[in-house]
Amino acid sequence: MPGYAMVIDQRRCVGCMACIVACKTQNGVPPECFRTRVVEEVDGVFPDLRMELRPELCNHCDSPTCVQNCPTGASYKRDDGIVLVNRMRCVGCKACIAACPYGARYIDPDHGYADKCTFCFERLEEGEEPACVSTCTGRARIFGDLEDPESEVSRLLRGYASYVLLAGAGTKPRVHYIRKFGKPE
Amino acid sequence: MELTRRHFLRLSMAAGITAAGVAGGDLLGLLAASGVRIDRDARYIPSYCEMCFWKCGLVAKVADGRVVTLYGNPLHPNSRGRLCARGNAGVGLLYDEDRLKYPLISCGGRGEGRYKRASWDEALGYVAEKMDRIKTRYGPESLAFFAHGSVTAHFVPLILGFGTPNFAFPSFAQCRGPRIAAFELTFGEDPGTPERVDLAGSRVIALFGSHLGENMHNSQVQDFVEGLSKGARLIVADPRFSTAAGKAKWWLPVKPGTDTALMLAWMNVLINEDLYDRAYVERYASGFDSLRSHVGQYTPEWAASETEVPARLIVRTARELGRNRPNVCVHPGRHSSWHGNDVQRERCLAILNAILGTWGRRGGLYLKTRSSLPVPPQKEEFPEPQKPPLSGKYLSAGAEGVTNAIRDATRTGKPYPVKGWLVAGTNLLKAMPNERETAEAIRGLDLLVAIDVMPFDTAMMADVILPECTYLERHDEVYVQRDRMLTASIRQPAVPPMYQSRPGWWIARQLSVRMGLGSYYPWGTLEEKIRSECAFWKVDYGELRSKGVVSFSGTDNPYITAENQPVFGTPSGKIELYSRELEKKGFDPIPVYSRVKQPAEGWFRLIYGRSPVHTFTKTTNNERLWELFRENEAWINKGAADRLGIEGGQYIRLENQDGQRSDRVRAKVTERIRPDCIYMVHGFGSRDKSLSRAYKKGADDQGLITRYAVDPVCGSTGMRCNFVKPVLET
Repeated sequence: MPGYAMVIDQRRCVGCMACIVACKTQNGVPPECFRTRVVEEVDGVFPDLRMELRPELCNHCDSPTCVQNCPTGASYKRDDGIVLVNRMRCVGCKACIAACPYGARYIDPDHGYADKCTFCFERLEEGEEPACVSTCTGRARIFGDLEDPESEVSRLLRGYASYVLLAGAGTKPRVHYIRKFGKPE
Repeated sequence: MELTRRHFLRLSMAAGITAAGVAGGDLLGLLAASGVRIDRDARYIPSYCEMCFWKCGLVAKVADGRVVTLYGNPLHPNSRGRLCARGNAGVGLLYDEDRLKYPLISCGGRGEGRYKRASWDEALGYVAEKMDRIKTRYGPESLAFFAHGSVTAHFVPLILGFGTPNFAFPSFAQCRGPRIAAFELTFGEDPGTPERVDLAGSRVIALFGSHLGENMHNSQVQDFVEGLSKGARLIVADPRFSTAAGKAKWWLPVKPGTDTALMLAWMNVLINEDLYDRAYVERYASGFDSLRSHVGQYTPEWAASETEVPARLIVRTARELGRNRPNVCVHPGRHSSWHGNDVQRERCLAILNAILGTWGRRGGLYLKTRSSLPVPPQKEEFPEPQKPPLSGKYLSAGAEGVTNAIRDATRTGKPYPVKGWLVAGTNLLKAMPNERETAEAIRGLDLLVAIDVMPFDTAMMADVILPECTYLERHDEVYVQRDRMLTASIRQPAVPPMYQSRPGWWIARQLSVRMGLGSYYPWGTLEEKIRSECAFWKVDYGELRSKGVVSFSGTDNPYITAENQPVFGTPSGKIELYSRELEKKGFDPIPVYSRVKQPAEGWFRLIYGRSPVHTFTKTTNNERLWELFRENEAWINKGAADRLGIEGGQYIRLENQDGQRSDRVRAKVTERIRPDCIYMVHGFGSRDKSLSRAYKKGADDQGLITRYAVDPVCGSTGMRCNFVKPVLET
């Protein structure tokens, strides 16, 4: 059984937002709803500045607060690590939205169920990568199987210092980040 | 003109294909391997993109007669299987309900927006009759053609056959003109589009105002990131802390208008410290001794006082470039019409690349393929124009013409009257500085025809609007790209044209037939023409159709070797550090620093740039891009904003030195910009109500650009010479 994960190499992200449009087209995400975004953070005072570009999406946590807080069992975690929503069971109560510390979910305005990134699991079944990964112009998003020590994600996590978002929340995300600030002299 | 003619001669004499062969394998297999789910019920049509001008290969997935998804074509050199946000959002243009759907003829005054729906026959007949009347009354040169993008080529036979030499594209005088002129003067050749920058192999990359990433030029950004990930050190000179600056080792927040001082000081350090490529310069360049003695005066300390960049940083970055020569790239830039002395600034970029020995070197600027696909012989000769083109007075006005020279003649009637404008795929009001002058020129016309996809401002001034279909619904000319390798790409329809819209080629041909110029379009359809070209080139049309691109393997030879020596198309056959051509015309043969006017206390210089999700105005009404970036913002330095009492997110207006006031625009209060300038993303503030999303969103930077400085060498319009101050809403 694979253990899917994404590594985001922030050094390679240029904030072009191709991932967002590809995701929305692939998954038919409704207008004004998003399954992924690119956060831009700036520190410092002119002219001593540093900037971070951080693509964000559902972290497919190993300890998923959305699943833990779902009263109907609609949110669930698969053995391969992917967190999904069973739309038939979802009543749109928003407990998961309140529980998720990453703001990764939204309520589908036409159908009323909670929705979010699926790691494009249908594409994975065909042996393909998520849409955001396929189109990423900077190749900042890398997807793969952490159970395979030779996969690119495994090699990257061995080779570089990485971190996860809000590690203190205890959610054990499956989205990992490699960060290096551009440091002006 | 001299340069241009030489340039064309070289093109026509270029060698044929040296080794024909086709790279790549099965497109669908490659698509699947790159992560695309292949649906057996769908059709996959390869083509190339027109959401910007980069021309990335794409594959359109069509299901139930609709384009559902666009993918990057993995075989194509400009996309390499990836599309940017705009490329992914092409479907948003195709299915934009605000598209121009039917031919329209004005039934009110210009700009009143009152139109009646017409048949194609009626609209084309109207235009042909008016064009003929202009020709009879004033002469054929009184018709001018403005264009941008793929539609351009379709109308050229009509325009040349009509007998006018007056056609111009804003891509020269409002954009790349100074760079083209400077590199042709120095190397005998423009770095091209895509620029032949070998960023993936660079050890040091220097950017002057080029905001790669925000400037989302697909393959170039891919190479840029690849270079950085392999450890390239990045130097960014920009008054704004751009996305690229956020990745830089050195950000040089240069005072606008002083880039030339910084570059001259770099030359000073490189030469004084013997960090230039002496062997390369001796072998390939001329005029080095003059350059050496000229740049002696431009010390880093002097440059520091001009640029406000500390001298130690100027020295440090120059050494970084020099020590890593020749595997470094001083990016030639793209939009370069800034201050009116732009050819000389771009000459500095060219000279830096020359003395660092980057032209033809790994990590520098790679050499263009020497192979080409020759233009098939034309059966019909074009008539010789009776009068000189309106851009004739500039030394290197280029093949793309000078829009503002035509506009001036239209306004003044001198040296001869211009009475008709055909405008295709370009929003001149937004592309050119001083909208009043454009409007004034338009007022004096007997005929204004717009050929476009969307009802943007210039189209909605037209007497006749001819709706072109989108790039996903038509053939366009085969895109022959002479880059690292020779490639040919096809644009072909994924779906038939919607509404009453028609391909640009069809429109051009129909007009020509009505004016008795049909012999310039001897093919029934553009596809017929493409087939005959392929036969002439011995390119398998079926293969081109099914793969989208044909690459000629073995046509690349990017780096200088003993056997692969560069050819410089300058008069001396060398890289001209000292330009005799400039000298002959009375210009500085080596760039001399000249100051530009700086803003007075309380004023800010207006600068402008790009968002990665927009191509000027073109994409602003696209649902999928609009929701990511709906309106532009006015970037203002935090300290300056605090003094003026402006808060982030607040709507303000900007007023320029001539009292011109902008629409409402949100203030972006940020540390990411110098205190002496305000930055906006270009292309916003559209005026037509039929744009349900873009109407009056954000502010129009061009509306504030009432002043412009014409470069005396190439005629381009420097547009960064306007000063604004914020006006708070009460």
